[in-house]
Amino acid sequence: MIRIIGIAAGAFFTLSVLWAFVTGAYTAITEPAPETAEHAFHKHPRELHLQSDGPFGTWNLQQLQRGYQVYKEVCSACHSLKFVAMRDLEQLGYSEAEVKAEAASWTVPGVDPDTGEATTRSGEPTDYFPSPYPNEVAAAAANNNAVPPDLSLMTKARHDGSAYVYSLLTGFQEQPEKLLEEFPQAKTPAGLHYNPYFANLNLAMAPPLTMDGQVTYADGTEATIDQMAQDVAAFLTWTAEPSLPKRKQTGWPVLGFLLFATILAYLAKQQIWARVKPDKNRQDD
Amino acid sequence: MSFPWAKHYEPRNPVMRFLDEKLPLPRLVYNAVGAGYPVPRNLNYMYNFGVLAGFCLVLQIVTGVILAMHYAPNSLVAFGSTEHLMRDVNWGWMLRYAHANGASFFFVVVYLHIFRGFFYGSYKAPREMIWLLGVVIFLLMMATAFMGYVLPWGQMSFWGAKVITGLFSAIPLVGEPLQVWLLGGFAPDNAALNRFFSLHFLLPFVIAGVVILHIWALHIPGSTNPTGVEVKSESDTVPFHPYYTAKDGFGLGVFLLLYCAFVFFFPNYLGHPDNYIEANPLSTPAHIVPEWYFWPFYAILRAFTADILFIPAKLMGVMAMFGAILLWFFLPWLDNSPVRSGHYRPLFRKFFWFGLIPAMAVLFYCGGAPAEEPYVMLSQIATAYYFMHFLVIIPIVSRIEKPRPLPFSITEAVLGEDKKAVLGENTKPAV
Amino acid sequence: MATSTGTPQSDAVAPEADGTGVRRRDFINIAAVSAAGVGGLVTLIPLVSQMAPSKDVLAESTTELDISAIEPGQAIKAVFRKQPVFVRNLTQKEMDEADAVPLSRLRDPETLEERTKEGHRNILVTMGVCTHLGCVPLGAGEGENRGEFGGYFCPCHGSSYDTAARIRKGPAPSNLVVPDYEFTSDTTILIG
Repeated sequence: MIRIIGIAAGAFFTLSVLWAFVTGAYTAITEPAPETAEHAFHKHPRELHLQSDGPFGTWNLQQLQRGYQVYKEVCSACHSLKFVAMRDLEQLGYSEAEVKAEAASWTVPGVDPDTGEATTRSGEPTDYFPSPYPNEVAAAAANNNAVPPDLSLMTKARHDGSAYVYSLLTGFQEQPEKLLEEFPQAKTPAGLHYNPYFANLNLAMAPPLTMDGQVTYADGTEATIDQMAQDVAAFLTWTAEPSLPKRKQTGWPVLGFLLFATILAYLAKQQIWARVKPDKNRQDD
Repeated sequence: MSFPWAKHYEPRNPVMRFLDEKLPLPRLVYNAVGAGYPVPRNLNYMYNFGVLAGFCLVLQIVTGVILAMHYAPNSLVAFGSTEHLMRDVNWGWMLRYAHANGASFFFVVVYLHIFRGFFYGSYKAPREMIWLLGVVIFLLMMATAFMGYVLPWGQMSFWGAKVITGLFSAIPLVGEPLQVWLLGGFAPDNAALNRFFSLHFLLPFVIAGVVILHIWALHIPGSTNPTGVEVKSESDTVPFHPYYTAKDGFGLGVFLLLYCAFVFFFPNYLGHPDNYIEANPLSTPAHIVPEWYFWPFYAILRAFTADILFIPAKLMGVMAMFGAILLWFFLPWLDNSPVRSGHYRPLFRKFFWFGLIPAMAVLFYCGGAPAEEPYVMLSQIATAYYFMHFLVIIPIVSRIEKPRPLPFSITEAVLGEDKKAVLGENTKPAV
Repeated sequence: MATSTGTPQSDAVAPEADGTGVRRRDFINIAAVSAAGVGGLVTLIPLVSQMAPSKDVLAESTTELDISAIEPGQAIKAVFRKQPVFVRNLTQKEMDEADAVPLSRLRDPETLEERTKEGHRNILVTMGVCTHLGCVPLGAGEGENRGEFGGYFCPCHGSSYDTAARIRKGPAPSNLVVPDYEFTSDTTILIG
């Protein structure tokens, strides 16, 4: 009985989904899904090599410091970094005093101790990087409704995130003529900027890195647009996962120990099973 | 039950004797996973996954209890508390990656455990109850994993919660109010997050309880084995300890190597980048997909794109998705072949390797792909096969198939001969 | 038949007659079990240390206070590492009272000099945490019970502190703790 009900139910589900298949296939043939500009012109991120890549990767502290400078002088005008505290800068190789001085150069929201009114004060190492806008409504209002995203986790929040940030920053360009020929309705709307590395090709952010030498690096590195984009991508790789080198450095001894223990476990298992495994040489007695 | 030759627990020192009289816990362990449990001697490495699943459950409970010490189930701070854990708590990043990847590896292990059961007919009499409890564990695991994924309150968490509770809105009449009741609101928010946290903490302990029943039920008939032939004599078995403890120890080592490689070197590979974006009720990610272990069932859900008679496509999809798992409950009765192991069932075996496994592979792949052609059409074919396989092919095959001759005993299967096996046709070695 | 057909022996750990075989087999088993034990113990390190204070908690280490507004005889409460700090501007009379007590009469002998900074003898900075079981003593706020020694009084279990915040009576074992601090100017102090 249960088998008959089963076969009936099975036939019902099978036929239903085959019916869906037939109707879907019919639609797919008669009305093929139109090709979209996003699909045709979106590009995967360009290759980016950072010292933190690979199973033994560590930070390039000089580069992170340069990236921090780019964030501070360019990105921070619109983008917050709310999960990163200024005390974390010590990990970039700054001394305690330098971190204090660096923190003091930021202005953070405070409370007037006498009146209780909202005011501002200079930052301390325990403060988190402040948002350039008092709240999300203000951020939206100042940016034509496109709220600049927080950058703390940006390189983990996109596929191939570090390379994505680098590609996006260096990828602003004129719309290709071929795109306009094939998809005339996909012309970049006013106020947006064409960038093939952005998912839907048109980005509200104006090109932030516009000329070489936009920042003056303290370590004397030449600040080309490409260099600045790489440095800030490296910096944001750090902000997204400060524990990255420690993770890899912990991983190796763990794997090494496990390999050793597993080999021992295998030998022990072989020893124990040798007592009951049929002895091939003696099988015929 | 136990086999008459099972060894008896004999406490050696006075402390253990005292304990054995007052609370015979060591005796229980001895008979469950110690030398007092005779196990078929021919289990292959596919039989390691039961113990590994138990290990994963403990791993998830230990890491989970620790994460709960740092997590705040409030929609305003949940995402931030997770980041605090990752950045500031000692070893917090490792514990979180261990828990997140632990969930994935738990499912890997359990899927292999289930498919081992499919192939070797582990669900058949007299082991139906073990199988039923196993399906219950799997359902509880899915619920737990889903609610756990909501907790970090990223974009995928939020939209996952919305979409999965949306499944219930497909139920006629009560659907919409049911979804609102489940969420405690009209969209996922604080109320939903808090109740998911509470249940996510509770359910693993319920799973642990059902696991104990699962093992209890296992010890009534004893473990099955790759030949599917029941244990006949002492020479068919070895004591669980030290033989299978040693083998499971080695299996655990291999498991941990793979698992730690993911935790330390590819911790986000199995996750989704969108979940590193804080939940935003006003913007849906471009491709929302559940975690990979739900993909086959998600593909089945999306395969039903056409209304059938008076049943809307949405309801069909939900029915099929739940039906795809619930039908496992009936498997012991759908398959009434007298032969247990797929090894000796030529037709069943073909359908398993060339039907079910490819169909599952397609469903896994298409469930993670965007809802576009050709993925929808592929998953429709695979879904059709999936239901055919369990509900039509298995009952019919079990009727018409002519099984290959079985070995007389496990010992014979292992050694190629058994002095006691003098029964004409049943002498063909199985390995 | 037992060994040749591979029937398991009755006792898996029973030593075999061959002495060298025993040693090698035991060695590998012991090594494997020990490795598992070591691995388990090392795993405990993160599981235990995750409960220690996190980086953000350890970072909240200093508190800066403006003490210019504290009149003699008054005290203020501030917060240092999520715990109360009392800053008290002692009157001449209170200082004299503190000096008058012979050290031998004290449970935790310390002079007022030892508990204040040079040149700022009147500014007494202590944690507002009773050394008995951690309650916040009364006496810093206006009109609060200062206890029979005119300093602080802990209402939980009745510990009384004198004007130098030294324990005089009750169950507390030691004086109110003076945190690390320094005067960054005549009117501001930096605790921690």
